[in-house]
Order: sequence, then C-alpha cells, then structure tokens
Amino acid sequence: MIAYIIRRLVATIPVMLLVAVIVFLLVHLAPGDPASVIAGDNATSDQIASIRAALGLNRPLWEQFAIWIGHVLQGDLGHSLFWNRPVAELILQRAEPTISLAITTLILAVTISITLGVLAAWKAGSGLDRAVMGVAVTGFSVPVFVVGYLLVFVFAIQLRWLPVQGYRPIADGLWPWFERLILPSIALGLAYVALIARITRTTMLEVLAEDYIRTAEAKGVATRPMLLKHALKNAAVPIVTIVGIGVALLIGGVVITETVFNIPGIGRLVVDAIARRDYPIIQGVILVFSGVYVLVNLAVDISYTFFDPRVRY
Amino acid sequence: MDAAAPLLSVEDLRTHFFTVDGVTRAVDGVSFTVNAGETLGIVGESGCGKSVTALSILRLLPQRIGRIVGGRVLLEGEDLLGLDIGAMRDIRGNRIAMIFQEPMTSLNPVLTIGEQIAEAVRIHQGASAADALARAEEMLALVRISDARRRLGDYPHQFSGGMRQRVMIAMALSCNPKLLIADEPTTALDVTVQAQILKLMLELKERTGAAVMLITHALPVVAETCQRVIVMYAGRIVEMAEVTELFDRPLHPYTRGLMSSIPRLGAAARQKRLTEIPGLVPDLRKPVIGCAFAPRCPLADDHCRAEAPPLTEHLTAHQAACWKAGEAA
Ligand SMILES: Nc1ncnc2c1ncn2[C@@H]1O[C@H](COP(=O)(O)OP(=O)(O)OP(=O)(O)O)[C@@H](O)[C@H]1O
Ligand code: SF4
Ligand SMILES: [Mg+2]
Repeated sequence: MIAYIIRRLVATIPVMLLVAVIVFLLVHLAPGDPASVIAGDNATSDQIASIRAALGLNRPLWEQFAIWIGHVLQGDLGHSLFWNRPVAELILQRAEPTISLAITTLILAVTISITLGVLAAWKAGSGLDRAVMGVAVTGFSVPVFVVGYLLVFVFAIQLRWLPVQGYRPIADGLWPWFERLILPSIALGLAYVALIARITRTTMLEVLAEDYIRTAEAKGVATRPMLLKHALKNAAVPIVTIVGIGVALLIGGVVITETVFNIPGIGRLVVDAIARRDYPIIQGVILVFSGVYVLVNLAVDISYTFFDPRVRY
Repeated sequence: MDAAAPLLSVEDLRTHFFTVDGVTRAVDGVSFTVNAGETLGIVGESGCGKSVTALSILRLLPQRIGRIVGGRVLLEGEDLLGLDIGAMRDIRGNRIAMIFQEPMTSLNPVLTIGEQIAEAVRIHQGASAADALARAEEMLALVRISDARRRLGDYPHQFSGGMRQRVMIAMALSCNPKLLIADEPTTALDVTVQAQILKLMLELKERTGAAVMLITHALPVVAETCQRVIVMYAGRIVEMAEVTELFDRPLHPYTRGLMSSIPRLGAAARQKRLTEIPGLVPDLRKPVIGCAFAPRCPLADDHCRAEAPPLTEHLTAHQAACWKAGEAA
C-alpha cells in the first residue's frame, strides 16, 4: 500500500513539472521584458536591474528555470512586488479563509449532492427525481457570482438571516465563523453539487439495475442498506472521480466567491495581484492551487482501492 | 394449519409488463401448489414466463414496469400479495429464498462473501455479527468450499462461477427457508460443474427439508430430480403431472415436442431426427385467441384456433390444457 502511494506520488511529478514550466513561462511570455513585467509599472530602472540580476535573466532560460524551481522546492515562491514580502508568507496568511471555505463547501456539497443523486436514482422518474435534475441543470449553468448576489439579496438583505459578507477566523468561535461561510459555500458549491448529483444519479441507476441488487432484495435487505451498502459502494468509483475532477470548479469558483463575499483569502490575494500585475503572487498561487488539485486527485486514485476490492495496487 | 395444505399456493397469478411498446402478459393466469419438502420442476421455452412467475412470488419484479395485476400467492395460507413491504422482506431470504441463473453477476463485487451470507442471518435471525459470521462459515463448509474460514473475507472475483453458485446456495439456505426457488441455477455453468451443483443443492434440500421450485430448460434434469412438473407455454401452464406420469404419458403436443427434442443416447433414438419444435413463441403483447400453441401444433384445427383450451384433469393428478390431450399426432 505504502509502495503504491509512493509510486502514484512519483507519477505526479511530470504533471507538476509541466505546471511549473507553464507558470515559469507565464512571466517570460508576458509582453515586454520579464524584469520590468515582474517589477511592475512604476519600477525604477534600478529596481529592474536588481530584479534582472536576482533572477539571473542574463543566463540561458533553462538555467533560470533550474534556479527558480530550486527556490520553489525550498518553499521560496519569490517576493511580492506590491507587499514586498515573501509570496509564501502572504499565501499562508490568507490560507485560513480559503481552506475554511473550501472544506465547508466540499463537505456540504458532497453530502448534499450524493444524497440527492441517490434519492433521485431510487425514485427515478418521480417528481423528486425531476426536481433534483432540474436543480442540477440550472445549478450547473448559472455563474457563481449570480448565485452569490442572489443569495445575499434574499438571505442577507431581505430576510436578514445571515451576514452579507466578510470572514471571521475560526478562533472567534464556531458559529460566527460558520455563519459567514454558509452563503459563500452555497454559491461556490452549487455547480459542484449539480455535477456530483448528476453522476451519482446516473451511476446509481446503473448499479440498481444490477443482478446483485436483486440478490440483496431477495435476501430481505431493507431500502437504506440496499441503497447505501449494496449500491452506493459500487457506484463510489465514478463518484469520487468526479468529486476529484470537480475540485477544479471549486478552485476557479473560490476566486470569484471570495470577491463577491469579500473574504480575505487566497482568491482575493490573486485577484488583487492580477490587478496590480504582481506576477510572483500569481505564479505562487497557481502553483499552490495546481498542487492541491493534483494531490486531491491522487487521494481519489488511492481511494479506489478502498471502494473496490478488484482494483489492484 | 391442515397438514395436507400446500406450503405455497399460487392462484390465477397474472403478471404484466407495461412498456412503451405495449403490455406483455408474461404470466397469464397461472395456478399451482408446492407441497412442503417436494421438488417441483418448471419447464418451458425461453420467454414463457418461468422467471416472472418466480419473481412474482417474491414480488421482485422490475419496479414500475412489472406489475402483478391479479391472483393470490398464499404461503402457508397467508397472501403475500397483500403484505406491506416490511412484512414481505421478512419472508424474502427467510421463508422463501431464491437462487438466480447468473452466478457471475448475482453476488455483490464489493462486499465479502462472508458478509453477503452473514447479512441474511443478521436480518432474519437477529444474530450478532460474530454469530452470523460463524453461521456463514458453517454454510460455506456445507457447500464444500474448502478453507471456509479464510475464504469468508474473500470477494466474489476471487471465486469461480461454480464456487459463486455454491455461495449463492449457502446464502439462500442460511436461514433454513421452507421454499427454495432455483431459477436455472446451473445453466450458466460449465457442463462438468452443472451436475455437481445440482446434486449439492438437492442434497442440502434433503438435509434442511426445504421444498424446491426448480426452473430449468432441461427435461432430463427434471426427470432426475423432481417429483412433479409444470410445463409452461406463453405465460400459462399447459401441462402438470407427477414426473413419471408426465414422461410416460405426455398429454400436450407441446410437452411431446419438448421431449422429442431431447437428444437421447439409445440407438433407436439416434435414428429419429432431433426434432425441435418448429415455429416461434407467440408475441405476448398481442391478444391470443384460441390455443396459444395452435400456430405450431400438428393437431391444431378450427376449434383450437377459436377457443382456448382450459387446464383440465385428464388422468389422475395429470392436467393438460389441450382439446386433443393425448391424441396421437
Ligand atoms: N424486465 C422486463 N421488461 C419487459 N418484459 C419482460 C421483462 N422481463 C420479462 N419480460 C417478458 O416476460 C416474458 C416472460 O419472461 P421470463 O423471463 O419469465 O421468461 P423465462 O421463461 O424465464 O425465459 P428464460 O428461459 O429465457 O429465462 C418474456 O416474454 C419477456 O418478454
Ligand atoms: S388445443 Fe389444439 S392447438 Fe392447442 S395444443 Fe391442443 S391440439 Fe394443439
Ligand atoms: Mg428465466
């Protein structure tokens, strides 16, 4: 098992390397001299010169890449031009709100979507099924910011049930923290819910038509264990796969959600950085998000062995 | 309860399928009984409603499309068709168990063999997890799977087809059912394994005293194993008798056709060409006027085509649905 995990981990290296190359080239492909791109619009020629020296821009490209990746591997993601602080430090400071948002969204979305998908498949063709699929189709096609503003308007401004925006650290208490995450999580998670619910329904429909479900019924198994133990476990592999792939939706959505709800997380950091052409931050955040995505999908891969005894490792 | 009363009594069962291209009368007025401890064979060509009859008894028809539209299914006097789903589940796997044709797909690939057998014991006998697993081990040993304790933790893909069917038998018999419905339990297996599995099943049936409803295509299997036989055609029973009686004096032209299509080893039989019954099974979506077998029957006349023959007793405990029962072709 450990050997398998290590093997899979090694297999992610080429992907991560490719991401690193693209992120690295981001600066070099931007119009203009990389040093002045990195230095920003208001840099003096001294600053540009020192950046050029620091990055070794006079050396061949591959050598520059080697130096840069060497730094990245040591956790040095460069310096923010605007904040004049290490990018890694800035990301860490902004990590809590983003991780909070991501995890609440993930947990809420996965439980809700799988429940909906299972129920829809079980009652296929019923009103419930049609309602779930209706939500799934619209949920997938409405942009995050539209959902976000709509939620704010209804639940925060009209009904006044929840705060309009902002973030409170978890250290301030569970409820103040959670209360501000509810609407953002729904806005961010809706498309994700739609995606997972649809896959869950389709896969469950297939599984429920299998002979072994009839065997379970012939044994006298009740509805709940029939759905959850006999069927859902068989449907798990496609579902966790889409949960993993769908994390890309979450990552894209985080940036918008944090802006709509004014959450001071990594998404906001990168939005501000884009506005200021603060390239080191953009590079650092893309690297971190890509790393998270790859690791999540690695976890998904490894989970197959848990759900399906036929998967060999 | 009256000692002579049958274990199971199916009365005028009608099961229809409602699909986009019409209503299929898969079972169309079937009545028969199963006595405690006996082995009853059900034979007939593909599509004649054998499986649907079996599934109807346990009410395991495909949801929404398959519906029992009439009749009664009495288990020791109690009508199963009137039970709520909870009460029905108490019967499934407990008083009536079922084995299916496809051993490769009938076991859950992600649950261990031990769990799949133990589950029924937990559900119906309220056994603890440990007791249920012990019972599962006992059942595995009983169906002659060696090293039973270790194999409890295995998954179906680690078993061959024959072994999976043994597991299905172990599962079905784990709660000592009164009735075991075996729907072509050996058809999908290697010929060499078929006889073994059948023998094992009947041996265990003797030990547990269960009655068996054996659905099969194979008349020789019926001849060897059953006490009584039902012959089905197009959703109805066309002949029903004790096994020796049926083989000695088949009354229905369809039964005779089935018998002459059995390859025999005797020299006399070899001379006779292997006759398959010519013609096709009727489309069960169309209303049948007259005898359903008429288009294929060598004896059919205008009377047959106009009026359906009822199932009536022609010889002692020997019923057939044919206007010309017993007449030579
Ligand atoms: N799920 C279904 N949907 C629609 N029609 C069905 C379904 N299952 C069975 N039928 C119809 O019911 C009829 C009887 O089918 P059944 O499965 O009982 O036949 P069988 O006698 O068991 O045949 P076989 O020997 O091939 O198993 C068939 O004509 C078939 O068309
Ligand atoms: S009733 Fe007529 S058609 Fe039907 S089986 Fe008998 S002889 Fe043949
Ligand atoms: Mg069948």
